[in-house]
Amino acid sequence: MKIMNCPLNGPRNIQEFVWIGDVKRTPDPSCTDREWTDYLFIEDNLAGEVDEWWVHAPSNNWFIARRNRLTDEILWTKSPAEYFADHAP
Amino acid sequence: MPFALLKYGLNPRHRDAPQFRWHPELKRNYDIVIIGAGGHGLATAYYLASRHGITNIAVLDKAWMGGGNTARNTTIIRANYLTPEGVAFYKESVELFRGLSEELDINIMYSERGHFTLAHTDAAMRTARWRAEVNKHLGVDSEVIDADEVARLCPVMNVSDKVRYPILGALYHPPGALARHDAVAWGYAKGAMARGVEVHPGTEVTGILKEGDRAVGVETTRGTIYAGKVMQAVAGSSSRVSALAGFRLPIKTIPLQACVSEPVKPILDQIVVSGSLHVYISQSARGEMVMGGATDPYGLYSARSTLDFKEGLMAHMLELFPFMAELRVLRQWAGLADMTPDFSPIMGLTPIRGYYVDSGWGTWGFKATPVCGFRMAECVATGRQPDLLKPFALDRFHSFDLVGEKGAASVGH
Repeated sequence: MKIMNCPLNGPRNIQEFVWIGDVKRTPDPSCTDREWTDYLFIEDNLAGEVDEWWVHAPSNNWFIARRNRLTDEILWTKSPAEYFADHAP
Repeated sequence: MPFALLKYGLNPRHRDAPQFRWHPELKRNYDIVIIGAGGHGLATAYYLASRHGITNIAVLDKAWMGGGNTARNTTIIRANYLTPEGVAFYKESVELFRGLSEELDINIMYSERGHFTLAHTDAAMRTARWRAEVNKHLGVDSEVIDADEVARLCPVMNVSDKVRYPILGALYHPPGALARHDAVAWGYAKGAMARGVEVHPGTEVTGILKEGDRAVGVETTRGTIYAGKVMQAVAGSSSRVSALAGFRLPIKTIPLQACVSEPVKPILDQIVVSGSLHVYISQSARGEMVMGGATDPYGLYSARSTLDFKEGLMAHMLELFPFMAELRVLRQWAGLADMTPDFSPIMGLTPIRGYYVDSGWGTWGFKATPVCGFRMAECVATGRQPDLLKPFALDRFHSFDLVGEKGAASVGH
């Protein structure tokens, strides 16, 4: 069993979590169609360390995890408040 | 006459030609460089050589021939998709597969078994009817059958209603088939190399050479190669290679796991899939039960195996086939699947001129090997997107023209 540390509920079985995807900056609504479709569909799909949105499904708690996609390691998890205090949204 | 046979066998004049004609040296220039020596890359090289007369081709691979997802799939071939685009495409693939052993002079062990897509809910029955009607309209043999007919055709399956997800019926696709995946790649390689195509394993591409917006060659771990055209067919590494060329793809790389049981005597003729239970199973010619399920729950570039996958798979598998409780798992593995937002592949032209992409195959690449090779060869040779590939072009994501193929394996309905 793989364990993920939920910022709200503590360490839980990874089966309780849903993977959402990369943390991306939402473009301004006045952007071009190209910028908008890039935001919706196109992925960096980096093979390395990435900041990602995850959800703890039973409590519907959204948070951010840094994960290494080559080694399947979870480096840390942070609540959005904590994360965006360091990373301007 | 055993003595004459022995004499014949020992006579050096009758030695078989080697299966593959290797060229150890890498040239500086090729008309076409194909990155990735899996089934798709080799098939494209074969059809470029055999149908378009282009033989000055190098097929490069960072590892060995047919060692990626070509070796890791569960070898199911079918054409019973949901969208007209998907059905038309796979119909051509099944037609090419049927003649492939003769075309390539290698036994790909093509074996038509009949394919069930089980339905456990009213919603799944509705999807099955929808798929059957689309299939029939396009000339693909598919029909919806009820649970009694499932039991009659596949007596080892548990169709009782004393299970968590009773079987209501199935989409039955008689042409559903299995083939030996390695032989498909080797056959294409053999045919291509006999016509002068070079295959270079152990040659990793580290950069794409460009002049303006045009690809003119590749940097490799064995030196620089110039090429008139470059194509990538590197499932699992598609985003990494396209990044070298300078564009991004709508792909998430997610592992897809599979396993086989120890071999037993033939008991299961058909290929059985359940989208609701996330399982598929068939029995190989060796007697092993070949099993797979949904993709992993999160993206990863590692072909590791997990206990979660096997627990989830076996719980449902034992409901369908209680006799399997006595079988042990013999082997397990994973492949890296390119998952696109619409579960459909991305083929053809790219923002880089002279650079072509074959990617996004998700969970359905093996069954497309012949048609993909055939049409990508046409695309690379002419520099135009063939009609059959138009729905699968990369720019569909910028015009909101997604394909929406919910008939893909591993899609829950």
